[in-house]
Amino acid sequence: MNYNWNWGIFLDQVKGGDETYLDWLATGLGWTVAVSLTAWLMALLLGIAIGTLRTLPSRPLATFGAAWVELFRNLPLLVQMFLWFFVVPELLPKDWGLWVKRDMPAKEFITAAVCLGLFTSSRVAEQVRSGIQSLPRGQMHAALAMGFTLPQAYRHVLLPQALRRVIPPLTSEFMNVFKNSSVAFAIGVMELTFQARQMQEDSEQGIETYVAVTILYFLCAIIANRGMAVIEARSRIPGLIGGSH
Amino acid sequence: MKRIAIAACSVLLAAPALADTLAKVKDSGAITLGIRESSYPLSYLDASQKPIGYHIDICNRIADAVKTQLKLPALKVQHQAVTSQNRIPLVANGTVDLECGSTTNNEARQKQVAFAPTTFVTNVRMAVKKSSGIKGLPELNGKPVATTTGTTSVQLMRGHEKGKGVDFKEVYGKDHADSFLMLETDRAVAFVMDDNLLAGLIATSKAPADYAIVGEVLSVEPIAIMLRKDDPAFKKLVDEAVKALMKSGEIDKLYAKWFMAPIPPRNASLNFPMSDKLKELIKAPSDAPAEAFNKK
Repeated sequence: MNYNWNWGIFLDQVKGGDETYLDWLATGLGWTVAVSLTAWLMALLLGIAIGTLRTLPSRPLATFGAAWVELFRNLPLLVQMFLWFFVVPELLPKDWGLWVKRDMPAKEFITAAVCLGLFTSSRVAEQVRSGIQSLPRGQMHAALAMGFTLPQAYRHVLLPQALRRVIPPLTSEFMNVFKNSSVAFAIGVMELTFQARQMQEDSEQGIETYVAVTILYFLCAIIANRGMAVIEARSRIPGLIGGSH
Repeated sequence: MKRIAIAACSVLLAAPALADTLAKVKDSGAITLGIRESSYPLSYLDASQKPIGYHIDICNRIADAVKTQLKLPALKVQHQAVTSQNRIPLVANGTVDLECGSTTNNEARQKQVAFAPTTFVTNVRMAVKKSSGIKGLPELNGKPVATTTGTTSVQLMRGHEKGKGVDFKEVYGKDHADSFLMLETDRAVAFVMDDNLLAGLIATSKAPADYAIVGEVLSVEPIAIMLRKDDPAFKKLVDEAVKALMKSGEIDKLYAKWFMAPIPPRNASLNFPMSDKLKELIKAPSDAPAEAFNKK
């Protein structure tokens, strides 16, 4: 291949600025981590709530949970990003819309984190629901028979067991959040993918750029994976599922 | 393991060998043109997804010259869609033999690829809504300005920002259509881009009369057809084919066809007269990079 390799490019100055390309990638990594962690926090809280709703005996609440999941699970992430960024502000009253579009602080970041958080919450909810439903029915019945109220049964009996069971699939979801955050470049969040595109255009060293970005995404995902593995090991209760006896 | 590492390094660091596109084309019986899907009117897809445009016409003439030189009348002309991210790697690795899009010829790119003589000159300016009353850069102070990620306009805005002390709030669309949507929905008050692309976006927008192209010329950019570096035989053939078009005056007809007359898909005309710079370059063909233009 007729390509002019230059692995030193990362230390070079960008055109028309005094940063280096490494600074660009570092900024990108920072935004990627910020979007991902914010979205993950939202997804966990909402996902556990919605997943629980779906298993409740109350019909309206279960239906609400189901509607939530299907809404955010059935649209491509990129389409959702555009809907939040381009369409939702047009539905607001004119002044508010203009404020959201012009003056809202960190508007791209907030839009991306909320969108990714809601998208991921539907996936977390499904896993939490399957975790709860995988428990023997006797657990719930026994708790109620012991005099627990329904909220107490969930809080002290069902959720502690269910959440432990779903740590492995949640690990994949956590890793997915980092990878999915790359879609945020489409609305102008200056995250890794965005910086990679800028850097490759600025430097014309596209292959080096994408190799570096690949490694950074891989590191994010593997650190997320190892972190969750620690949580899984620490939260394990001997004698329950998968625990070492 | 160590040997593998050394072998890998030597592959990665190997000095580029001379390319021989003509031999490759002769062996495979096909030449591959890199095309863009929405670079009006240089290279884009018509309603039936067929690549058309000013640069496609010029590339077809070059392909004809290749047929003549190789005595291969049955040479197949293939098309491969490229983006501004992958066009240079695809030319370098041999997927594409001639890139017929809207690529600025600049010094950084000349380290990776070679260019045919400049066939179009674009001025980087801004599109605004007429109702905003904006006429130039200083009025953009503190206002959101749209541009497309991974284009040279970003560098120019950054350069200017420093030079003039104007505080832009840059907002980024992932492609030209998205950037224009930002202007349309008032997320941005201006969209900085090549003027021919702006003219195309305005001509195909919902309300063309609402927009105007205004302000300082941020940069003059030579746009050219791109080919592999270090391939003197192919470069010579391409250069001669393009120069022949310029000498015979045929290029003026092609220009009129794509820039001054109604074109698909909406049968609207860009009404984009040839710039003096391009007239000069047709008289004295050159493959000098953008840096040489903007020095003057």
